[in-house]
Amino acid sequence: MEMYRSHVLVCAGAGCISSDCKSVQSALREHIEKTGLENEVKVVETGCMGPCDLGPVIMIFPDGVFYRKLKPEDAVEIVNEHLIKGKVVTRLLHRPVGSEERVADFGQLEFFKRQTRIALRNTGIINPESVEEYIARDGYRALGKVLSQMTPQQVIDTVKESGLRGRGGAGFPTGMKWEFTARANGDTKYVVCNADEGDPGAFMDRSILEGDPHSVLEAMAICGYAIRASRGYIYVRAEYPLAVDRLETAINKAREYGLLGENIFGTGFNFDIETRVGAGAFVCGEETALLASIEGQRGEPRPKPPFPAQEGLWGKPTVINNVETWANIPPIILNGAGWFASIGTEKSKGTKVFALAGKVNNTGLVEVPMGTTLREIIFDIGGGIPGGKKFKAVQTGGPSGGCIPEEYLDTPVDYDSLTKLGTIMGSGGMIIVDEDTCMVDLAKFFLEFVQEESCGKCAPCRIGTKRMLEILQRITSGDGRQGDIELLEELSRGIKSSALCGLGQTAPNPVLSTLRYFRHEYEAHINDKKCPAGACQALLTYYINPETCRGCGLCSKECPAGAITGEKKKPHVIDPAKCIKCGSCKQKCKFGSIITV
Amino acid sequence: MSQVSLTIDGIEVQAAPGTSVLEAAKKAGIKIPTLCYLEEINEIGACRICLVEVQGARTLQASCVTPVAPGMVVRTNTPAVRHARKLNLELIMSNHPQECLTCPRSTNCELQQLASELGITEIRFSGANPSYEPDLSSASLVRDPRKCILCRRCVSVCEKVQQVSAIAPQERGFNTIVAPAFLEPLGDTACVNCGQCALVCPTAAIHEKDQTAEVWAALSDPRKHVVVQTAPAVRVSIGEMFGLEPGSVVTGQMVAALRKLGFDKVFDTDFTADLTIMEEGSELLQRIQNGGRLPLITSCSPGWIKFIEHFYPRLLPHLSTCKSPQQMFGALAKTYYAEKSGIDPADIFVVSIMPCTAKKFEAGRQGMNGSGYQDVDVVLTTRELGRMLKEAGIDFNSLTEEEYDHPLGISTGAGVIFGSTGGVMEAALRTAYELVTGRTLPTLDFKEVRGLAGIKEASVDLNGTVLNVAVANGLANAREMMDRVKNGKRYHFIEIMCCPGGCIGGGGQPIPTNKEIRTKRAAGIYSADESMPLRKSHENPAVQALYKEFLGEPLGHKSHELLHTRYTARGKY
Repeated sequence: MEMYRSHVLVCAGAGCISSDCKSVQSALREHIEKTGLENEVKVVETGCMGPCDLGPVIMIFPDGVFYRKLKPEDAVEIVNEHLIKGKVVTRLLHRPVGSEERVADFGQLEFFKRQTRIALRNTGIINPESVEEYIARDGYRALGKVLSQMTPQQVIDTVKESGLRGRGGAGFPTGMKWEFTARANGDTKYVVCNADEGDPGAFMDRSILEGDPHSVLEAMAICGYAIRASRGYIYVRAEYPLAVDRLETAINKAREYGLLGENIFGTGFNFDIETRVGAGAFVCGEETALLASIEGQRGEPRPKPPFPAQEGLWGKPTVINNVETWANIPPIILNGAGWFASIGTEKSKGTKVFALAGKVNNTGLVEVPMGTTLREIIFDIGGGIPGGKKFKAVQTGGPSGGCIPEEYLDTPVDYDSLTKLGTIMGSGGMIIVDEDTCMVDLAKFFLEFVQEESCGKCAPCRIGTKRMLEILQRITSGDGRQGDIELLEELSRGIKSSALCGLGQTAPNPVLSTLRYFRHEYEAHINDKKCPAGACQALLTYYINPETCRGCGLCSKECPAGAITGEKKKPHVIDPAKCIKCGSCKQKCKFGSIITV
Repeated sequence: MSQVSLTIDGIEVQAAPGTSVLEAAKKAGIKIPTLCYLEEINEIGACRICLVEVQGARTLQASCVTPVAPGMVVRTNTPAVRHARKLNLELIMSNHPQECLTCPRSTNCELQQLASELGITEIRFSGANPSYEPDLSSASLVRDPRKCILCRRCVSVCEKVQQVSAIAPQERGFNTIVAPAFLEPLGDTACVNCGQCALVCPTAAIHEKDQTAEVWAALSDPRKHVVVQTAPAVRVSIGEMFGLEPGSVVTGQMVAALRKLGFDKVFDTDFTADLTIMEEGSELLQRIQNGGRLPLITSCSPGWIKFIEHFYPRLLPHLSTCKSPQQMFGALAKTYYAEKSGIDPADIFVVSIMPCTAKKFEAGRQGMNGSGYQDVDVVLTTRELGRMLKEAGIDFNSLTEEEYDHPLGISTGAGVIFGSTGGVMEAALRTAYELVTGRTLPTLDFKEVRGLAGIKEASVDLNGTVLNVAVANGLANAREMMDRVKNGKRYHFIEIMCCPGGCIGGGGQPIPTNKEIRTKRAAGIYSADESMPLRKSHENPAVQALYKEFLGEPLGHKSHELLHTRYTARGKY
């Protein structure tokens, strides 16, 4: 085996790929070869390291130095200074918000320091296309352990005792799901991985698939042994081409190494996995719709019961877990249920991966123990709100979830605390909004999403979300009527109580939770025709401050509606009847004289 | 298995495991309103009208898809339940054109009925509606997606009962539309025009192509000699349009009503049904004697014909070459009858009253002009005739019975039973037995081929030759029969009817048509048969005269020209 004195880990998560990490990587390789270091330094392309807004990022081991926002031209300096002379290139280090100093050691950065990585244990560290690197990090040891030392029931008991709950949204105890399926009648059973991650702003599962695909394969094989299934399917979105590629590579490698297929580890256990690529419907993340889609049917939910554990794929008992849930399984098997159960809160064990997005300094992927407070996640790890703006709320659980205002920032995050606040854990998306965000507009955004993604099967979701959206549209465009809030509440309650599937039942949540915490914003839109956040264009009134207007006439020349008049060198005025609120005058004015209220 | 015990509205109810809460409630005398539900065919929980409260459940449950469970406590009439049902109905109605007054289904619309039952007095939601255009491409059916409430009954019937799957939900969410794949026009698909979709549609989103205007025009045209034929199954169902019990035999009133409408002659398709037996029976005997292609399969049902053309084209040589009785009638009306009555066939206008939407398509098929003209000019369904009679102000129930005109109105009981599944087979057996054995049948009833079972089989001894026969109704069963034939199962003669129950369950029949109603109509058919003085086709004097005066002999040259046809293999897509 070749030994290297240094490893340069280049993040090749989708975020860094889009900031062109490929060029950085080839520049690094090129210069390493040029300087003859190719036998001493190994460049490794890894999955997502987490701090996506800093990309392209790299880490150099054994030193643990973290460089960010690299350009291809930085490669020469990194090679010459760091890899040859052993000197850290200070200008490429990260300086956290509010800190005077740049930090070299990644372990000293709050972003990494406060994380506990179980599901993401290998993501950003190993080359996801190398099964050897996975094996070197204890990969497939858990599978070996269950096949050689544990009975199927012991495996199920371990998962049950660990307290692991489904990370896909509803938080159902994973071990119980396995047990129901194991006990269901039938010789043929299936194991399915739900990799149809679709919440806006969520990319936890994608990062695991791209960064550590074998952890999912191993976990599925463990489940296959526990429930006596010999076939697994991974249903992955077509919008994740890199994840699909890496999964395929991983499956082929695992087959080649005898880690999937016939007679695994010579124990007589057979298990194989296929991928199924989705066609872009959000609703296929709902388990029964997903199964229908695998079967080649229209991707639509069906009523439960029967649950997939009784009648799943092709009517056979089926375990279906999401990617992050699977990624937790091998460590639980290796370290024991007690270890996992010691992390987290009373009813929510282990860690949770969150995707931070929106108005937060450190957007990206973080994994923290259950029970970490929102404040810690958003401010300590996330680095707070950019541009000196004020935090307003955080939306958790994507379109099925709700918002949480500032007063609850010290809530320890777990399944139950979030439910109490009127939102859900969901799959782990966290969208942070600041004072410039209109909460009615935010609710409208999510309603637009669910309305667009409704499968169309049941009437309350198909038509109800459309009618809710139409009401929100009129409120944000200044045509809100008395009684609209009550109508929204009535529709929300109706849809929640009567929609066919979980997605429909949770579709009104963003409206309900913004109504719960920000009702005054709705009222201002309807009663005063004002948007308190100043975000709803239609509700803004543009006027010119006569004190500061110099009468230069730029604005009136720019106005497409001819709404601005005035004599040269004298204050101009906007005719509100003609103003189309396009904002171009405001952009043109050099004196900040155009004001919106 | 033991019964499950549960409580519904405080009543202790016993139900078999697997029963839905809806069915269990029904047995206990508790009515839960439904909309998308269609027993055993469409149980998908989509409309969310049949919601109930189940103790311990997080949300309201759709009772049509919620199985009973031991100790379950169900409440069907709580404020939350009533509110959710009404809200969902109000939402559905907000997405449905408010055109009740001008809708063909007005007063026979389940949505309208439900709105009245649930006490909807206003629709508080206004907003966008999908703007799909009506699909007029089919010769038989009109799809009007604007009126579709996406209950999917049509989809389920097409997929499960008929196994044609011509329509399915397309697009997604608010834009969902039930249509053929890729939104192709229905007329360009493998749709067989059976109209079972129209029969189960709760609104007017799928309905027959209305051709009453063409008939009104012909009736008021003094140059036209307008003759009408009535299919066997219409006489046991048209009464339903006027509030009579399903299965009431109203042949005489129907004849009187048609005369009142202004038809110059009122004839009976039963006459050509008898003729079909002569031709098809001869064809069967000839194939048996000459080692021809067996089994012989009946060809009366145009939905079935299009089905085999699309899905089993290689089995087409098994089909009888006989035209359907409707088309035989058209061909004879404009030749034999024209000659006999001295009327220029160019002036004869043939109208059919059929229980069937596919007959509209059949009348326009290639080769259906053996007379030198289009043999049948317009086909009306039972429903369309009902509408014309209402429009004309005819008080159907008080009409005095009248007789059909001669000679094309003379028929036997064997012709009547064509209207029910097994009828063609029984009629054929009555004739074949007597022609082959030369003996009189001891009993006329072949009970093995009667009844609404999907597939029936029987063996009949004809002078030492055992005839193996089978009868199938509904295209899922037809498919099963064809697979049996493909797999080498040996039959001599197979009767296939496209619609469940045969023509009594045809897609042009009054709405509703369900199992119970089909059973009653079938009983009407057999009672009509029993009341006929003649019950064997070969004894029909008018048919005998027709051969003597005009056709010569069965399968003769003239028969070949006028009464037989050929088929076209069609692709599935």
